[in-house]
Amino acid sequence: MLDDFFIRALLAGLGIAFVTGPLGCFVIWRRLSYFGDTLAHSALLGVTLAYTLEFNIALSVFIISSLIALILIQLQKRTNLPGDALLGLLAHSSLAVGLVVIGFLTFIRFDIMGLLFGDILAVTTEDLLIIWIGGPLILLILKLIWKPLFASTVNYELAEAEGLNPDRAKAIFTILMAGIIAISIKMVGLLLITGMLIIPAAMARNISSSPQSMVIYSVLGGLLSVILGLFTSLQFNTSSGPSIIAASLFLFILSLVKIKQSIKLKN
Amino acid sequence: MSLNQNILVKLKQAGFRINGKWLVKGVSLQIEKGKIVTLIGPNGSGKSTTAKIALGIYKKIDGEVEKYTNKVGYVPQKISIDWTLPLRVNDFMVLTENLKDEAINEALSLTGVIHLKDKNLGDLSGGEFQRVLLARAISKKPDLLVLDEPVQGVDFTGEIALYELIKKISDELNCGILLISHDLHTVMSATDHVVCLNGHVCCSGSPLDVAKNNEYKALFGEQASQILTRYKHSHDHIHTSEGEIKKN
Repeated sequence: MLDDFFIRALLAGLGIAFVTGPLGCFVIWRRLSYFGDTLAHSALLGVTLAYTLEFNIALSVFIISSLIALILIQLQKRTNLPGDALLGLLAHSSLAVGLVVIGFLTFIRFDIMGLLFGDILAVTTEDLLIIWIGGPLILLILKLIWKPLFASTVNYELAEAEGLNPDRAKAIFTILMAGIIAISIKMVGLLLITGMLIIPAAMARNISSSPQSMVIYSVLGGLLSVILGLFTSLQFNTSSGPSIIAASLFLFILSLVKIKQSIKLKN
Repeated sequence: MSLNQNILVKLKQAGFRINGKWLVKGVSLQIEKGKIVTLIGPNGSGKSTTAKIALGIYKKIDGEVEKYTNKVGYVPQKISIDWTLPLRVNDFMVLTENLKDEAINEALSLTGVIHLKDKNLGDLSGGEFQRVLLARAISKKPDLLVLDEPVQGVDFTGEIALYELIKKISDELNCGILLISHDLHTVMSATDHVVCLNGHVCCSGSPLDVAKNNEYKALFGEQASQILTRYKHSHDHIHTSEGEIKKN
């Protein structure tokens, strides 16, 4: 069964959606969508390094993304540039450096489109293993830091005052973000990972009344997007990333209809 | 450990500055179990900053802070809940500590907002939200309560009831309270110790000592001083919202 590339892709996508659901909620709550983008862009550098050094791609991406996050934190402390400018600086320079390095690696043929937009043919059994071990691990850690992370998302000073150590939770969360980007890059592509994080979560916000229900709807929306997207991808021979993201956009638009109704009801 | 087991927080010549500008400096005070310390002072005098120093929110401070408890309940002066975060009162109550349902209900009942338990935080009025904030802070039965203008936006009768509640909590839980308030009447009725701030400590002491202090008079005017001294002679009755005098 697992020899079938489509089943592999489906299992990989579903495994990813379980993780992007809850993480995506925090990305929206904490306004981190551009931060996610920056980490994802830097992933290209991770991929090229993996090829150069014949290293595992997920691990290499994870290391580079974490490194970029660390550099960002240092830059924030040392300069007075606004956060979005720093993010742009890191996102585009790491993307550029990654592309330049690719130019030097003439001995390897790169599927750039696959890197940028995901490729369902590329998912190997090893990738599946990484997703289904790494994914639950990310979720477990997120569950452990949920309280301080969520409390500081609502109000940093409240969390700090009542002894929850929000800085530590934030640092761990950043590493989890690097982790999800590392395991989902092959499937969704580095340009679209942030979409996988925020669109199902945004959809979920429209139909949720509590944080828990938003997380659940976000996961369900992600799972459904993966299923819809991959079948479309198979049917029309489109890249897997755009197909999944387009499916999630479709669900988001549906959720807007629901919101419109509830606004009408209120009035 | 401190010699006095009752001390919860002690500030020694504490100060905080941003980019070389002092928000507050040279503050020394201590909060003890079962006692209410109130910070008063004009806008921008460093009241909230002092509270945040005591709470350990600001790390790079001048002077020293000694904190002997981690069971803290905090009502910040300002808190805004983003629309992207769907949060009901019930979710907010367990934000920093897992509580049993009875504990949540008890706290919400005490502040008079039990009927709002399943409401979205974003749908509450300012006064309702303050009551929820206070309920959340007391629900975990803290050793130290820090209340930064806890009754802002609360209606007049509610205000009195909440201040009575705060006094009651301080007695029943034997917790120490750091209160920031603009209401000089209440300050004097419930407080054990007053610290008058204006970028530094102008004066401090019992409510009556502070009322007689010249720096205090300069800051708040002669009238404010009279409010306080008058209070001393009228503690056998309360003024109702209709302006009548009711004997205790």
